[in-house]
Amino acid sequence: MLSFIGRSVIQKIVTLFFVSIVSFLIIHMAPGKPSQVDPLNPKFTPEMVERFRKEFHLDKPLYTQYFYFYHDLFTGKTVSWKDNQPVLAKIFERFLNSLPLFIVGTILTWTLSFPVGIRSALHRGGLYDRSATFFSYLFISIPGFFFAYILIIFVVNSFHVPVIGMETFGLESLSWQRMFMDRIWHLLIPSILGATGGIAVLSRYVRSQMLEVEGQDYVRTAKAKGLTAEQVHYKHALRNALLPFVTMFGLILPGLIGGSVIIESIFSWPGMGRMAYEAILARDYPIILTVNFISAVLVLGGTFVSDLLYMVVDPRIRL
Amino acid sequence: MLSVKDLKVYFQVDGGFSRAVDGVSFEIQDGETVCLVGESGCGKSVSALTIMGILPQPPGKIIGGTIFFKGQDLLLMKEEEMQKVRGNHIAMVFQEPMTSLNPVFTIGDQIEEAIRIHERIDEAEMRKRSIQALKDVGMPSPEQRINDYPHQLSGGQRQRVMIAMALACNPDLVIADEPTTALDVTVQAQILNLFKDLQQKRRMSLLYITHDLGVVAKIADQIYVMYAGIILEKGAARDIFYNPCHPYTRALLASLPSRSKRGSKLYSIPGSVPDPAHTPKGCPFHPRCSFALESCTSQFPGMSDWGNGHFSRCPVIYDKEAGKGGN
Amino acid sequence: MENNKSNIDMELETPVVGQVKSRKRELLRLLKENKLAFIGLIIFVIFFITALLGLLLTSGKEPVFDPSMVRLQEKLLPPLASPHLESLRPHEVPKTGVYVFGTDDLGRDVFARMLQGAWVSLTVGFVAVGIAVLVGLFMGGIAGYFGQKYIGLDHIIVVLLFSTGATLSLTGKSFTGFIVIVIDLAFVFSLALIRWKSRKSRYFKWLDLLRKKTLSIDTLIMRVVDIMLCFPSFFLILTVVALLPASIYNIMIVIGLTSWMGTTRFVRAEFLSLREQDFVTAARALGVNDYRIIFRHMIPNAIAPVLVSATIGIATAILTEAGLSFLGFGVPPPNATWGNILSDGKRFIFDAPWLTFIPGFAILLVVLSFNLFGEGLRDIMNPKLRERH
Repeated sequence: MLSFIGRSVIQKIVTLFFVSIVSFLIIHMAPGKPSQVDPLNPKFTPEMVERFRKEFHLDKPLYTQYFYFYHDLFTGKTVSWKDNQPVLAKIFERFLNSLPLFIVGTILTWTLSFPVGIRSALHRGGLYDRSATFFSYLFISIPGFFFAYILIIFVVNSFHVPVIGMETFGLESLSWQRMFMDRIWHLLIPSILGATGGIAVLSRYVRSQMLEVEGQDYVRTAKAKGLTAEQVHYKHALRNALLPFVTMFGLILPGLIGGSVIIESIFSWPGMGRMAYEAILARDYPIILTVNFISAVLVLGGTFVSDLLYMVVDPRIRL
Repeated sequence: MLSVKDLKVYFQVDGGFSRAVDGVSFEIQDGETVCLVGESGCGKSVSALTIMGILPQPPGKIIGGTIFFKGQDLLLMKEEEMQKVRGNHIAMVFQEPMTSLNPVFTIGDQIEEAIRIHERIDEAEMRKRSIQALKDVGMPSPEQRINDYPHQLSGGQRQRVMIAMALACNPDLVIADEPTTALDVTVQAQILNLFKDLQQKRRMSLLYITHDLGVVAKIADQIYVMYAGIILEKGAARDIFYNPCHPYTRALLASLPSRSKRGSKLYSIPGSVPDPAHTPKGCPFHPRCSFALESCTSQFPGMSDWGNGHFSRCPVIYDKEAGKGGN
Repeated sequence: MENNKSNIDMELETPVVGQVKSRKRELLRLLKENKLAFIGLIIFVIFFITALLGLLLTSGKEPVFDPSMVRLQEKLLPPLASPHLESLRPHEVPKTGVYVFGTDDLGRDVFARMLQGAWVSLTVGFVAVGIAVLVGLFMGGIAGYFGQKYIGLDHIIVVLLFSTGATLSLTGKSFTGFIVIVIDLAFVFSLALIRWKSRKSRYFKWLDLLRKKTLSIDTLIMRVVDIMLCFPSFFLILTVVALLPASIYNIMIVIGLTSWMGTTRFVRAEFLSLREQDFVTAARALGVNDYRIIFRHMIPNAIAPVLVSATIGIATAILTEAGLSFLGFGVPPPNATWGNILSDGKRFIFDAPWLTFIPGFAILLVVLSFNLFGEGLRDIMNPKLRERH
């Protein structure tokens, strides 16, 4: 057990190291320069460009830059090239904005897809199953931005609530209930959008997992014992069908930092996705690299957590 | 105790029906061991699942017949009533011990669950009962084993657990569906002996399903030979073995290896089991039968009585031998 | 002897061919039964033809439908509106007589733009997934088949020297780079020479250190997969596309190069299990060489599920491209893609909803058809699940 944890941590650190190198290379080898140090940008005089280059160590060789960057990152001194603000503070601020979207979206996804998927599997081929299947395919296939506009038109026309941004502008004088409802509306629509795809995929997966397990011999054994249908489905089958989802539970961690670029830019939501998008447009390398690094840490941490969880829930995997 | 009459179970296949069980009747008396013998796909397991009431429907469909158990028709029972019979009065042991136990529960949990469904007793008593059940099936050191998960046991041990689970509620009838097929030969003999011992000790009835005549010879009181969904021959074990009256039974016996036939080439039945969706007209066995006459291709053979409860569905042999022998 | 061997080889292979034929017929029959998958296939075929026609009708010097012709006096006309003939020059009148899908804010014919965009979506989907499948097959095949071979220290030194040299010479310092490559070549050459000259000499015992096993090919490739999976994919694609010059080819390549990991893992697992199968062992026992085993025996057995997931991959790639176009990356204007038609139209969502809904529904329909077809194929090919359907 301990040796597994040790090995796995070391392996993940090595992976992280290579991720940091690859992302650094991708950014710095790409043609073009950040606008602040681009000699073609008329806003900056050659002297200013030179000063920037010095300040950001851009005049040094690539490996020195790499060292400087990650040294700054670990000591928390990295600053955005655009406005000289500390990157970590900036990311944290945006992270707090994205967090409600993430939480509501995740709760919606995980609470809705299991009942839908299990019901579909148990009534396979019935009306419920077929309509659930159809809607899953529909939601998997619909482009998020198109669906967003359909929802916006619908909500604006039928409830007269403008859903762009985190709250409606100019409502400060209203009662707190009205403001609270306003915030809820603004939060709900992007969360639903973010969740639909997840619900569709996850419920399909739950369904096929459940079908797979229902055909196993031990389910037949459970029936032969004289258990009721509910006990067979929800105790014997479901326990086994749920095992793979423990792995997926670790994989929602990276979603914490990702945010959805498209949804956040449609709804003018000042979250992580928007920030990353703006950083890419401005070629603000420190932000891009930091976001990338944190998300890699979360991915690796997520897989680590799911490996551990799997060992806890599946008696066949013990080390 | 159990009496199956004219049971018909069909399976839906693309654009038609496949007659898995096509009018099967048999009886099991108290404390008797009945063997259902036949090649794979002849409808043995489907009959067993139908008795247990756990036949997957669809694709299966019970077309007709009755299954009387202690005076009640199981096919007419409500699901809740049937649940009380299952495991409690009729228990089943399956073919694949490797996959028939739930991998996420300990074997103790699974045996205790079988008891808990049907009886109200406290936990300590329950633990004692399940340890005793494991002891009864010859499980070494059951006190420790009871907390193991199925993957920690060997195939033979898992089958012992399955048997312990089936016997936990002292059922009147145990249905064993090829319980030794998936096991090593040495383990097969142990499990078979276990069945024999338990059956004698507990005076329970046993419906033993197998394709292996060697197994049948060791335990059977009554034998039913099944082919393509119908019973071709039935009778006491002695009669079937020493005086087989159906060409199929004879062929099965001839294909058994034995010491006297040493050195000669082993007999095998020509052709293969018919696809249940397209069973041949007349006698289902006629394409592979060396006795077949013209009439066999069109007329479904009736049962001919050889006396002493021995019946066979072959008019050809009956006319030839019983006529001459004057039984 | 030679003749004999090839005979056995043929015998090994012929039954497989026969199976494939009957399997194909069976597949077609099952496909017709699976209605959703069949509808998917039909929509896909229609889309394919439309995209091809679109390419023919909208390209060239004088296209039948000109997707970039600006008619400012005709802007934001609804679908099926007739053009104002008096204010247009003859060649500006759409060939269909009416604006089938209306016009956009510059008075461009949305029908023509949709036709042009269909080809973009089609090629992006197929090329990107083609790249992903090729890379995946290659990496997965190597990991699965040669995975247990080890890489020596000398291999690493050679590759490292060569790649540093190449990077240096490509990034301006061509002289230093050249020197490094020359050193690298000299290293390879001298190693070979020493090995050949003095196989048994004691003085070169230390050279064995260079041949020390470091890590297996399998580990290497699977770690590369792990590294790639650490990048959030849409963010990575966005970054790279934003940094590279705007071009549809860059998008295809980037989407392809960021989505091969699943195929690699699958092909590796499949190869590992196929390696243990009797027909491969038999072929190897006959002395069939590795490449023949891989291409004649293993790839045909592993390819079907790969192609199924590729079908679904195409749907994902089309969605990704649409998302990129929507954010304003990708195909430079005035060329149209479904994503940028929608993106341009979103400003007029209440006045001219057709600019949002027509491309939106087109993307939805095409992606849906690929998903339905792919999932249907998967169901059909998984006999275990089919039984229970």
